[in-house]
Amino acid sequence: MSDSHKKHTEPLLRVVKFEGMSRGRRWLVRLIAVLTSLIVSGILILLLAGMNPITVYGTMLRASFGSTRLVWNLLRDSSTLLLLGVGLAPAFAMKFWNIGAEGQMLVGGIATAFCMKYFTGMPTVLLILVMITVSLIAGALWGLLPGVFKAFWNTNETLFTLMMNYIAIQLTSFMVSQWEVGAGNNTVGIINSKGHEGWIPGLFTSQYNKDFGINVLIVLIVTVLMFVYLKYSKHGYEISVVGDSVNTARYAGINVKKVYIRTMILSGAVCGLAGFLAVSGVSHSISTSTAGGRGFTAIIVAWLAKFNTFSMIAIAILLCFLDQGALEIASSCNVNTYVSKIITGVILFFLLAGEFFTMYRVKIRGRHQNP
Amino acid sequence: MTDIIQLMHSAVIFGTVIMLGAVGEIITEKAGHLNLGVPGVMYIGGISGLMASFFYENAAAEPSGIISVILSLTATIVGSGLAGLLYGFLTVTLRTNQNVTGLTLTIMGGGIANFFGGMLSKYAGGVGKISTDAASSCYRAYFDFLTGDSTSNPLYAIFGYGWMTFVAIGIAVLAHLFLKKTRAGLGLRAVGENPATADAAGINVTKYKYGAIVVGSVISGLGGLYYTMDYVNGTWIIDGNIEALGWLAVALVIFTTWKPLNAIWGAYLFGLLYWSYLYIPGLTRSSQEIFKMLPYLVTLAVLIVVSLRKKKENLPPEHLGLPYFREER
Repeated sequence: MSDSHKKHTEPLLRVVKFEGMSRGRRWLVRLIAVLTSLIVSGILILLLAGMNPITVYGTMLRASFGSTRLVWNLLRDSSTLLLLGVGLAPAFAMKFWNIGAEGQMLVGGIATAFCMKYFTGMPTVLLILVMITVSLIAGALWGLLPGVFKAFWNTNETLFTLMMNYIAIQLTSFMVSQWEVGAGNNTVGIINSKGHEGWIPGLFTSQYNKDFGINVLIVLIVTVLMFVYLKYSKHGYEISVVGDSVNTARYAGINVKKVYIRTMILSGAVCGLAGFLAVSGVSHSISTSTAGGRGFTAIIVAWLAKFNTFSMIAIAILLCFLDQGALEIASSCNVNTYVSKIITGVILFFLLAGEFFTMYRVKIRGRHQNP
Repeated sequence: MTDIIQLMHSAVIFGTVIMLGAVGEIITEKAGHLNLGVPGVMYIGGISGLMASFFYENAAAEPSGIISVILSLTATIVGSGLAGLLYGFLTVTLRTNQNVTGLTLTIMGGGIANFFGGMLSKYAGGVGKISTDAASSCYRAYFDFLTGDSTSNPLYAIFGYGWMTFVAIGIAVLAHLFLKKTRAGLGLRAVGENPATADAAGINVTKYKYGAIVVGSVISGLGGLYYTMDYVNGTWIIDGNIEALGWLAVALVIFTTWKPLNAIWGAYLFGLLYWSYLYIPGLTRSSQEIFKMLPYLVTLAVLIVVSLRKKKENLPPEHLGLPYFREER
């Protein structure tokens, strides 16, 4: 009787907190998660598209590294995603759930497109500087609003920023219908396709869209600056204290309201800058798909990297590599391109689940010595 | 008059999709889980039901509407239930971050649905060629003895809908009764407000959370099914509409201040706001885009007002979005 009672008191599997896992082991866990997810998505591709997994990985590698152009495409896409992740890092580090990167990026893009359309008379360098400034301001405003409401009235920031995304999307549709070329066309077309005013030139060639060196350079500079800001500045320290505990921060004399507002201005501004890159440096146009869900993907990037901007580089490249590869598979197997979303989802789920094993241990009943 | 009836009719159909999505999400959020995967769940619910009906009606010589409806309902319940189970396993058992997991579910749900939807369209011979007539007409059958043949009869705006429109209202009322009048509902609310206290009171927190997430997902998934069967008449269109509606459902949850009964009129109001641009004379296409912003602006206003007034019964569940680990209190 007492035996059977004992059995019930201890469950078969028990989860215990496990702190202090070494850096190396933590990355090992993540590596295992990536490998497992690649195997699982390989099987998925086999089932959905009937393609041999080995050829799949070959095709994926070729899709991203097959030519210089493809490598630049990979760098272009991952740098935009990275910049968004970097923008979210300070907000997330203070546990402020800014899921409004999509909207902040779009308003940055609208501001950029506005300058491209109306300030064509300016010298290129000045125009680009103006565009950078207005995109930063537009994004900052979009981040400021939820920041202020959170600071003063504790309004739920997740829901607030989510709504701001949709307001930004409708605003973009409005601007598109204002600027559309040809009535009812519903596209803005390529802005300044003749004179290239306000286009970011190549770094290694003077041509446009040949290399995206300047895009990558801008993003890397912001990445390094953000890393230093978060790790070594007083502001960064305040952010991490607020993130750990608002009460502790208050007790330590930190002005929590100020930190919320200041950090959200910064976070929104960097996401706005991503809108500048997407419009001025990549598409030279604006549409509701300028952000294309990347504002949401960036949330996952920032979270998985634990707000370390350098880890984000690896994760952003991995995701863009997978996306490009899956698109190639889709076109070579004649299946539709949504297969890439499925694969991205599977891999992200594995990475998320992997995080569990870096923080917790599962104990099996009766397998441990000390009672 | 005909215009008003038409507007009300489209508002109700639009509203029913987001009402189901929102009522499911309210149940989930009452357990303290902000499931941003609602659009993904609705996608999965929609495509599973459609696929079941399509394959049945393609295989059967004379497809019966009732069987097709039962099959699609079962498929939707299983599909969206599994999606909820996945989200639950990750966020409850593995304690992953809710926002990130939900967003991933939305990405993947959209991928799965549009992948299979696209394949199905190709198999059926082109975009919009998928036809599930037997099921769709069974879903859309309305009480024409009440409304007569004419769609300009005022009764058409009240009764001229498929049966799921009324089931949705029933689900919202049941959800209200469950949350307010039953012991389990009280337990669920306790879990969302403060899981540690609920745990101490002997409530099985894990079981409640799983239950709420799976049941909530199934209800949201039915919204996806209603979309494919009633809103677009039993076919599949890749246009991201379900995702937009899914986010609107999340917005509606805030608008209702987490009360299922408010979701009924709130959903229809959103529908009216959404479609009103069609019936206001003199609007250009660009001002229509501004009009479509209304539901989101209204939601934002409600969110702000609620947080300003700080009335306990209108605030989000206290532990919304936070993980619960017993050893960490």
